[in-house]
Amino acid sequence: MNPELVVIILGMSAVSFVPRFVPLFFLSGKSLPTWFREWLDLIPVAILSALLLPALVVSGEPAQVDWLNLKSVVAIPTLAFALKTRSLGGTIILGMALYWGAGVYLG
Amino acid sequence: MKSSEKEMDQGVSLSSQVLIEGLRAVWPVCFGYLPLGLALGVLAQKSGMTPVETGFMSLFVFAGSGQFIAVSMLAQGAGATAIIMTTFMVNLRHLLMSSSLSVYLGGSSRSRLTLFSLGIVDETFAVNMERFINASWDINRGLVVNFAAYFSWIASTVIGSMCGQFVEKGAYGIDYALIAMFIGLLVFQLKGSIYCITGLLAGTIAVAVSLVVPGNSYIVIGSIIAATLGVVIRRTLGRDRTHSNEEGVVL
Repeated sequence: MNPELVVIILGMSAVSFVPRFVPLFFLSGKSLPTWFREWLDLIPVAILSALLLPALVVSGEPAQVDWLNLKSVVAIPTLAFALKTRSLGGTIILGMALYWGAGVYLG
Repeated sequence: MKSSEKEMDQGVSLSSQVLIEGLRAVWPVCFGYLPLGLALGVLAQKSGMTPVETGFMSLFVFAGSGQFIAVSMLAQGAGATAIIMTTFMVNLRHLLMSSSLSVYLGGSSRSRLTLFSLGIVDETFAVNMERFINASWDINRGLVVNFAAYFSWIASTVIGSMCGQFVEKGAYGIDYALIAMFIGLLVFQLKGSIYCITGLLAGTIAVAVSLVVPGNSYIVIGSIIAATLGVVIRRTLGRDRTHSNEEGVVL
């Protein structure tokens, strides 16, 4: 294996491990202040939204917003399906199928 | 905390019940990793990595978006320091996830916490949080979720780098797998109006930040600002109610 790649992989491994390990290892079992628990309670929805919305509407280099595009339009029925069924597997399959179908249809 | 399987935490035995419940929760993530891993494998192969190298990267790193970025940087000839620093920035959001999970994992042994932390990624985090909040869940079930996702990620990236060049670009909606997965995972988190408000704030702030700040820091910046505003809003609106309870205050 290419030695530079070994260095890269080991380095990536270390910097991926530390942020996952440190809070879990040192905070679990500690009693945290109420405001901090309330804050942590909102973190999942915040992270998933901060990952999702830019992935849907921001593209290009330099980045620009495009509210109406194939990804964002397909997201609407996919989100509706997810809200109705709460099925993660079904949502993934439907989203991929709709996106693929729309791409083929629109040529 | 709802789970009381303390006795499980000491033994090494893995009951089939735990295994089945964990796998039932995580299979959609494993399924979603297949197209994602294939896509990464193809990119890695194009950037000159062998299937063995791709497998090693997944084994040691297990960070989908981090790996995508690393592979594209490799293809552009970026150096080790730049790639490692970028991976660190992209994975900083795991600090927040790890902190959130810590609330539910008190009383677990150190070795289990260490093993568990290896498998914290966006998808396993969301699946486990949903279960910790709504179901009887514990670290053993969480470990099944994390490791099933981990192994399917390794397998699908290796398969992708071996035979990905035969998959036509854009076929089968592969490019949409991650977005659809995020949509499905997000819905689990919409447990009340304050969660919807926080989500809208986070998404909007992240979009705005991504236009101004280069890189992926918009994820962490958007999440921190929105969660902080969410707490402020919840406290302001909830002031004249009875004092907020310990777990999962629903507005």
